[in-house]
Amino acid sequence: MLHSISGTMTHHAYGKTNFEREKASGAGSLDQDYSVGIDPASGVFFNSDYRRHEDLKEMLDSNKDNLKLEAMKRIIGMIAKGRDASSLFPAVVKNVVSKNIELKKLVYSYLERYAEEKEDLALLSISTFQRALKEPNQLIRAGALRVLSGIRVSMIAPIVMIAIRDAAADMSPYVRKTAAHAIPKLYSLDNDTKPELIVIIEKLLADRTVLVIGSAVMAFTKVCPERVDLIHKVYLKLCALLGDVDEWGQVIIVNMLTRYARTQFTDPCKNDKDNGDRAFYDSESEASDKENTPTLDPDHRLLLRSARPLLQSRNAAVVMAVAQMYHHIGPKSETIAAVKALVRLLRSNPEVQELVLKTILTMTVTRKGAFDVYLKSFFVRTSDSTRIKLLKLNILTNIANESNISIILRELETYISSYDDDFVAATIQAIGRCACFITAVTDTCLSGLVTLLSNKNEVVVAESVVVIKRLLQTQAANPKEIIQQMIRLLDSIDVAQARASIIWLLGEHCRDIPTASNVLKRAAKSFSNEEDIVKLQVLNLAVKLYISDKEQYDLLCQYIFNLSKYDQNYDIRDRARLLRNFIDNPSNKLAASAAKIFLSCKPAPTYRTSEESDLYQLGSLSHSINSKANGYEPLPPWPEVAPPNVREVEPAQVVSTQSEAKLEKIFHSWETESSSELSEEAEGSGESDESSESDNKSSSSDEHTSSSSDSSSGDEDDEDEEEEEEEEDSSLETEEGDNVILTEPEAEKLFDNVPQKKTEKSNLDLLLDLEMNDQNFGGGPILTPSLGGFLSPVTSVTNNVQAIQVVPSVDIPIKTSEVLNRINGKGLSISYRFTRNPHLFSPSMVNLNLVFTNSTSEEISDIRVGEKTLSPGMSVHEFACITSLNPNSSLPGTLGIDFNDSLHPANLQIISSLGSSNICLKPDVGELLRPVTMSEEYFLKEQIKLKGMNEHVGIVSCKETNLKQKIYQAANLGLCPSHDNDLRFAGQTLTSSSLVLVSATRKDVEVTITVNCEKLVLGSMLLNTLKSVLQ
Amino acid sequence: MIHSLFMINSSGDVFLEKHWKSVVSRSVCDYYLEAQRTNPNDIPPVIATSHHYLLSIRRGGVHFVAVCMEEVPPLFVIEFLHRIVDTFQDYFSDCTESIIKENYVVIYELLDEMLDNGYPLATESNILKELIKPPNILRTIANTVTGKSNVSGTLPTGQLSNIPWRRTGVKYTNNEAYFDVVEEVEAIIDKTGSTVFAEIQGYIDCCIKLSGMPDLTLSFMNPRLFDDVSFHPCVRYKRWESEKILSFIPPDGNFRLISYHINTQSVVAIPIYVRHSLSIKSGEQGRLEVTVGPKQTLGRTIEGVKLEIHMPKSILNCNLTSNQGKYNFDPVAKILHWDVGRIDVAKLPNIRGSVAIASGANTTEINPSINVHFTINQLAVSGLKVYRLDMYGEKYKPFKGVKYITKAGRFQIRM
Repeated sequence: MLHSISGTMTHHAYGKTNFEREKASGAGSLDQDYSVGIDPASGVFFNSDYRRHEDLKEMLDSNKDNLKLEAMKRIIGMIAKGRDASSLFPAVVKNVVSKNIELKKLVYSYLERYAEEKEDLALLSISTFQRALKEPNQLIRAGALRVLSGIRVSMIAPIVMIAIRDAAADMSPYVRKTAAHAIPKLYSLDNDTKPELIVIIEKLLADRTVLVIGSAVMAFTKVCPERVDLIHKVYLKLCALLGDVDEWGQVIIVNMLTRYARTQFTDPCKNDKDNGDRAFYDSESEASDKENTPTLDPDHRLLLRSARPLLQSRNAAVVMAVAQMYHHIGPKSETIAAVKALVRLLRSNPEVQELVLKTILTMTVTRKGAFDVYLKSFFVRTSDSTRIKLLKLNILTNIANESNISIILRELETYISSYDDDFVAATIQAIGRCACFITAVTDTCLSGLVTLLSNKNEVVVAESVVVIKRLLQTQAANPKEIIQQMIRLLDSIDVAQARASIIWLLGEHCRDIPTASNVLKRAAKSFSNEEDIVKLQVLNLAVKLYISDKEQYDLLCQYIFNLSKYDQNYDIRDRARLLRNFIDNPSNKLAASAAKIFLSCKPAPTYRTSEESDLYQLGSLSHSINSKANGYEPLPPWPEVAPPNVREVEPAQVVSTQSEAKLEKIFHSWETESSSELSEEAEGSGESDESSESDNKSSSSDEHTSSSSDSSSGDEDDEDEEEEEEEEDSSLETEEGDNVILTEPEAEKLFDNVPQKKTEKSNLDLLLDLEMNDQNFGGGPILTPSLGGFLSPVTSVTNNVQAIQVVPSVDIPIKTSEVLNRINGKGLSISYRFTRNPHLFSPSMVNLNLVFTNSTSEEISDIRVGEKTLSPGMSVHEFACITSLNPNSSLPGTLGIDFNDSLHPANLQIISSLGSSNICLKPDVGELLRPVTMSEEYFLKEQIKLKGMNEHVGIVSCKETNLKQKIYQAANLGLCPSHDNDLRFAGQTLTSSSLVLVSATRKDVEVTITVNCEKLVLGSMLLNTLKSVLQ
Repeated sequence: MIHSLFMINSSGDVFLEKHWKSVVSRSVCDYYLEAQRTNPNDIPPVIATSHHYLLSIRRGGVHFVAVCMEEVPPLFVIEFLHRIVDTFQDYFSDCTESIIKENYVVIYELLDEMLDNGYPLATESNILKELIKPPNILRTIANTVTGKSNVSGTLPTGQLSNIPWRRTGVKYTNNEAYFDVVEEVEAIIDKTGSTVFAEIQGYIDCCIKLSGMPDLTLSFMNPRLFDDVSFHPCVRYKRWESEKILSFIPPDGNFRLISYHINTQSVVAIPIYVRHSLSIKSGEQGRLEVTVGPKQTLGRTIEGVKLEIHMPKSILNCNLTSNQGKYNFDPVAKILHWDVGRIDVAKLPNIRGSVAIASGANTTEINPSINVHFTINQLAVSGLKVYRLDMYGEKYKPFKGVKYITKAGRFQIRM
């Protein structure tokens, strides 16, 4: 094994003897590792591998960053080669907290690769990411979100959800972009998050920075392409910003808008469909003629106009996206611009060329004339690959017309002498097609093809024969001479297809050709050596000749049929058996009409190529492979009448240059910034808030009442730039810094209940926190300290109150259990049951009904609770003291216990005249709940929130028909709107009022029970209880 | 979008893989390798398998195979793969198997920055170079001493600005701006020497080393020559539409500003001619004679002339003598290379001799072709001229330079 120089160099740099042995085993570069990797046969392989892992672990555990980095680099090398490095997971995951940015990134990369396999261990790193999501450095925030969402463990879906929601409101557009990217990741992890994700997507679509929009639209197309209504609001903005979005975003947006346009506008070509190509020529020649251009919806026109400059993009994908847009939604007369750009792409890489040619081929079917000018661009070069050559040929034949056919034919003629046989064959077919479509040149082509029959290249001859055969079928001209010439070729041609064609042609015209009998004789002689396809034609010929002259051919036919009777191929035996009927018994009904069957005029074949199909959207994957790809949605058909225009008329403003932004910035104080920020928030949520919003504005800053919502776009871009400028440009910092310092004391006043880390924070960070804060408040008009805790995500506790209603428990017989038997109680026995009614003393207490029974012969007096042994947080409300209990009689007592949502038992001492006895009251998990109900929608929403670790699922097989009853028995729950086989129950824990959602889905005998509860233990216990009850 | 990326060498080994979503087994590459085996020079760019779609490009002997799972614009992926390779070339000055293997860590870091969840994240070379500094020996040594790394901890400012292609805070002591106007003549010349098809395809490559945030305008003497143009994103389209001048804030370093196509209506001057004769009679030795000469060069000399003659398959060997340059014949690919060099008008380069033909092959109908390469310095064959370059926004006076070159594009002569 060789050592690379770099390997030894780094080794010297470290100078660690520990690792010397390991280094010698060769890890430095990928090359060396590879040679180990591909030699599994050597015994040392596993050994050294194992040892290396030990060493890597050692390095990762060391406290030197450069050692860790070196180890990580080698681990990345292993991953890159596709070797398993998962055993190092525990050692690697520890380093996720590292401060070294490169090390951190490599660990992130590792985590994304292996987290799925090592779920449990990956969860250990989650808290680190959650912390990193709050970092002031936007790169770290974004990186953390990327990895967090990239860990494909369904359990953490709720955490990712929160992270995305926060990041979508982040002040850094880069983080918001990452949030948009994370949305499809979460969606693929957990489909149920869709409704929540759509809300975020809607918000991101309203974003005004070009960096975010492309990704937001990407998330939209991945998650909810059917929600066209989300686009209405942003349509005009998307059109306006199209030119400024990055290239990749442009592709996505243009594709999405193509679909959108198909649903919102009417077909621009509807009126000129009938005159097809002609209309196109006209409009091309008289571009000034306005009457010819169809009237378009102004928005439709806007889209086409704003996409047009993109045709000048250097990126082939963008050009293709716009070209397909023009093809699918543009008026015919405007395709010409797109055509020019497409032809330009033909000078690009071969891969691009091939895909573009495929698209052009499809376009030439419907828009022939558009490519006429570029005819010569499709001329074939010897350096082209065969597939490109064939595509070009098809395009050439498609765009052939009377005026250019002579050029094309001359070109095709030169191709025949190419040394690429497939290409030559295709060329001859192309000539045939030209001859077929353009009647003016049919004779020229035919005679040309006939001369090719004397070509020395067999492929040429064979293909010509096939094409001539087809041509003759379509032609009324007398083919006698051509056929005779072809018969002469039968001796020299070996290609089966050609031989079969000649024999078939001869059969069709056998009455005119006197030499037919000789041909049949020779065919009979060589019959056994022929290819199957030729044999079938010989059989055909025999029958046809027999019909025309029975006596002459009888024997010959018998001979051929006998040969084919014993042929190896069953098709030939079968055919012979069928045809024999016409020969053997002439009295047969079939034989009588044999002439009609065999010698009738056959319809000529029609030409079509499979690639011409207009089935799929141009430029899509499905189009290029000519079959439906996964996830392909066909373009919707045009609506007959355009739906009402619901697009917003608000003009979108963009800041074109930085200098402009800076100027604006100087005139705005911090207050206006925040208020404009708020107004933007309000726009996202709905227009109704607009008026109240402006009121607030006017009260907060009088001199800026005029700053309407238009200025918000400027402001926002502005802030982003401001931040970056501060990081970079010191001269600017002072200017902007002044602004911040002014507000600093104010900020302190406002947020003094928040722990300040001011000492280590720069002005910039402070600004950052303030911004973040004001975004977290969403639409809140004034910043009040009462809302506090601005770093924590917004929770919607207040909303819950209305949505959840406490309902009375379902009346159900509840079993009574004995807690003290009469022997232990020296004659006093106590039984209890849960009443399921709220306790009067406190709603968080479980109401227990105790029954005291005296089984002695004497009266028991003064029964009361003595000592209480309770777990922390629990409390008991005692029953009223029973002064006397007569012999053989019972008295009830009501006891309230707050179990604090735990299953710890309550130990009570009962004191009576008989002495004291201990009882232990253990709650059933189902009794710690209070039944509630809520709407189906709310139920589902809450259920989605309680996914992952908060969800417990179990399957039981249950024959019991009355599921409801069983579940009521087990737990004190309320029924929510549900279906027959999909029952939903809800409850709240008594103490903390956290939601418990239970759904039971029946499928035959199997019942799937899902319990969603914030309290993990409670949830799993409840599931177990339910399971045991149902079984 | 892109699910996984595999890099395969020409012998069919997968030497690097990267996944952005769930891991796709590398056995999926078998479909690609099969296509590679059946026709190594003609692999379809899109291969559909039962569950995956393989989109691939080939550059520098390395095959880049992207795996997709669902509908995606194929050009999007292809173009992006090319962009990835461009970036590698930008970083390591070349993109071969050995270079990728040597720099796998940087490659991995780059791929992580360029794609998020298989969707492009940062593709501008100016931004990437700030995030991950290109490795060089000096920096490697400095890093081992100081413990710093090539990976930046802050987000490059360009990423957030309206001009993501330019990094901020650029400083040079010598401020220079160079423009190379390169024009390529693409042509098909037929047997008789007449032009079947000819066009001029041009581009302007820039090397801009200017401090600060310069705003440049480049104007032409004869902008009407342009028929079709495509721009770098930095060019302001509106100004081009209205005034036909290129107004832009340039990226730092090398980039292609504009690609253009010259109006096909104007007659293209073909600067070179090739006289050739190849006579083959089966069973005998054939004779080959080729002469190259200048034509319509506007007084410039033609340099770097190379001929690639694709011979008929039946030719076994060539025995030739040339009065200038060297020749060699590849008997497998049947290509005769003749490296002519500069054309001296006084003594035209000529090559002649006999060719050996396989016995019994019928060859009369097969026509060979010649691919020609040449360069002419100090000439833009279309006659395009840069009028002036102005700079706004910065105070210093930059050094400006324009160079014109004419080259052969796909210049083919049918024999």
